[in-house]
Amino acid sequence: MLSYILKRLVQGILTVWFIATATFFAMHNVPGDPLTNDRAMTDTTRANLEAKYGLDQPTTTQYLIFLRNLSQGDFGISFVQENREVNDIIREHFPVSAILGVLAVIFAATGGVLFGALTALYRNRLPDYLIMFLVIMGISVPSFVVAALSQLSLVAFNNLIGFTVIPVAGWGTILHMLVPAMVLGLSTMAYLTRLMRSSMLEVTSSDYVRTAKSKGVPATRIFTRHQLRNAILPVITVLGPAIAAITTGGFVVELVFAIPGLGRYFVEAVQQLDYTVIMGTTVFYGAFLVFMVIIVDVLYGFIDPRVRLET
Amino acid sequence: MSDTGSVVIETDQGFIHSAGIQLAKFAGIAIAGLAAFIYLLWIIAGDAGSTTSGNAIDVENNSITIALREEPPQLDANRATDASSLVVLAHVMEGLLGYDIDSQLVPGVAERYEIRADGATFWLREDAFWSDGVPVTAKDFVFSWKRVVNPETASQYAFILYPIKNAEAINSGELPVETLGVRAVSDRVLEVEFERPTPYFDKLVAYLTYFPVREDFFNSTEGRYGADADMLLYNGAYLLTEWVHGSTMRWVKNPSYWNRENKGFLDEIRTAYITQDINAKLNLFKDGQIVDTHLLSPMLPTAMEQRWPIDRSMDGSVFYLEFNHRNDRITRNKNLRRALQLAQDSNELVYKVLKEPSYLPGVSLFPAWLTGVSESFQKEYPPVRHQMNVEKAREHLELARQELGLDEFPPLMMLAGDTPISLLAAEYYQQLFRKNLGLEFRIDVQIFKQRLEKMRQGEFDIVLSGWGPDYNDVLTYGDLFSSWNLQNRGRYNSSEMDSWIRIAQSELDPQKRMDAFGEIQRLLYEDVVILPMYERGFSFVVDSRLQDFRRRSVGPEVDYNYAYIDSSSD
Repeated sequence: MLSYILKRLVQGILTVWFIATATFFAMHNVPGDPLTNDRAMTDTTRANLEAKYGLDQPTTTQYLIFLRNLSQGDFGISFVQENREVNDIIREHFPVSAILGVLAVIFAATGGVLFGALTALYRNRLPDYLIMFLVIMGISVPSFVVAALSQLSLVAFNNLIGFTVIPVAGWGTILHMLVPAMVLGLSTMAYLTRLMRSSMLEVTSSDYVRTAKSKGVPATRIFTRHQLRNAILPVITVLGPAIAAITTGGFVVELVFAIPGLGRYFVEAVQQLDYTVIMGTTVFYGAFLVFMVIIVDVLYGFIDPRVRLET
Repeated sequence: MSDTGSVVIETDQGFIHSAGIQLAKFAGIAIAGLAAFIYLLWIIAGDAGSTTSGNAIDVENNSITIALREEPPQLDANRATDASSLVVLAHVMEGLLGYDIDSQLVPGVAERYEIRADGATFWLREDAFWSDGVPVTAKDFVFSWKRVVNPETASQYAFILYPIKNAEAINSGELPVETLGVRAVSDRVLEVEFERPTPYFDKLVAYLTYFPVREDFFNSTEGRYGADADMLLYNGAYLLTEWVHGSTMRWVKNPSYWNRENKGFLDEIRTAYITQDINAKLNLFKDGQIVDTHLLSPMLPTAMEQRWPIDRSMDGSVFYLEFNHRNDRITRNKNLRRALQLAQDSNELVYKVLKEPSYLPGVSLFPAWLTGVSESFQKEYPPVRHQMNVEKAREHLELARQELGLDEFPPLMMLAGDTPISLLAAEYYQQLFRKNLGLEFRIDVQIFKQRLEKMRQGEFDIVLSGWGPDYNDVLTYGDLFSSWNLQNRGRYNSSEMDSWIRIAQSELDPQKRMDAFGEIQRLLYEDVVILPMYERGFSFVVDSRLQDFRRRSVGPEVDYNYAYIDSSSD
């Protein structure tokens, strides 16, 4: 067990290293650099800035410096937010994204499991058709449309009531979080609903359910112990990557609802070629994703006794 | 028949019924658990970058709430280059001179000044104080300006100080910083020596790069000057008392500001939102959360439905097609450029393609809001009246083809930004030149920095480009196409242009100086250096209770310095 975890961790570190290296060289091969600005610079100013940020070194040297700093957990200072360390940016803004993400995942998971079970139970009947229609909508309508529409509805809702019940944008109270989290979790919820439904149907036609039924086990017990519990496994498998994807993919929602999360920095850094922030956020998100996958794999061993974690 | 079991279970109504009830119970538990969890999150998340939500206008506390487009990268005026920093700094700091409500130059920290051919003198007022109560002195300007030109500071706006003696040489490391032509004669007299006559120097000192910095405070910040609210000293109408990065700011009335009777009437301005999403801003405005927002043309019907008073302003910038004049490019051929010039009309672009009611069709590099000797520059020096003429355009194209020795024209490269307006314009020109001239253009869409880098490298034939003003003088545009200007990314090079620009820079007689700009304008058209596209403007709405809010062409794009709440005009 322990050696399995260790092995996975080493693999994970290698993966992150690979992500970091690929990003580093891709980033340096894009035309322009962080210093490029609307107002053209004199050669001297540029040379001074390059020296200040170490951009005058060859790329391989910069790469080695980056690796050395990375091993100490230091991503350097942002090029754009000139007085802020990348670590500070991550520390201040990731919690916001994480809270939003966790809330979204919880919405998605609860909704997905409940709706999935419901559709499976009422297969080919009205609740099934209705929910599956919404699921297809949820998967196919992009989040910026949903975000904008839900914001519009909020405005209409507040206008109807006469004062601001649920804030239209911003961050701070739980009321600020509800709608963005739902919007963010929507497509995952739709995906999980479908997954839960098909997995439920598979379990329903399995031998052990039939056996339990023929043994005269009470219906609620069959439903919860035999069906739900087994059907939920695939959902848990995708939950880990889903948490990472939701937490890192909230850029559009963060933009529309003016939420000070890390997603905004992640995307803007790429547009502004802010080298240090690009590397910091990419490595951080990459490590986060890899870590979540490992955790899920380990947890899987506990939930499903059939899975043995061996080296 | 091994799978009949499942069929039996599925059609068993009793099973579905009891399982359904069980599911409902689970749902109930889940919702209760969720509510408890959310409550827990609420407690944990209490201080994670919260934005205060209030109303757009709080009459009781005399405060307003606004949205910023971007987080200011930092508030070090000597190094700032972006619009958001300018907006914040224009409210919390003040230079020697400033702008009044009608964008006229008025005294700031300096109560009077004198500009001569060889230099300038500024007399500072007694009652200008830093936010810690220490008077603002001439030394603070000397320290600030020396810091800007110091190569170690690597300020990107150092060039704006080049009219000061030795500034350019110091900035390129040829002279020591001490040789900069500025000194504090006393605490209240600032003496400036010029490199060459600079009749527009008063307009320059209103720009934020020229704002003062106090040495002892700067040293105490240990390299974090302008990084946080407490890492900056203020001398403007407002004080920045709180800055939560990426989230909120709080500007509070400066009680010791000398001009508090004419400026800074609000007790508090909160920037509660930072978003570039214009739809989000519109929704916030609709919901009564922010006092103003600008509108794009698709939003105008909504705004009219709501019966909002829609206002317009020019944002100051001019957009144009810039040619690549480098030797290896066929756009170096003047007949080709003339053909393209004659084949297009900026009126059609603005009125039929972009359809932004606040945009003006481009007629010149010098936008309509600039002043000449005494009135509008465009009135005193009318731009050439451009007429689209496809037939003549084709004649010039044929001449160009012969001069270049081509059988047919290769596809040309049109470099464009990734904004919707830029794409729209690029596609319009692409089909226009194909239809009128049979010329093929390939559109190369690049994000901001990559477009700039490609411009610098000269990897284009035509680029959709633009320019916004730094200071309120024609020269902020006028020297763009001099052979020595690094901004001249198409490398246009003409000795006639250069000589007119020299006159425009240094001529002390206003009439002769403006005549030079008139010549520059003529030459830009005759030599087809650029093709003006449009002057950008904004439609915007303001809460009707907020009076004297301004959007500016020069200086901060939004200005609340003179704004006050009039609760009677609801």
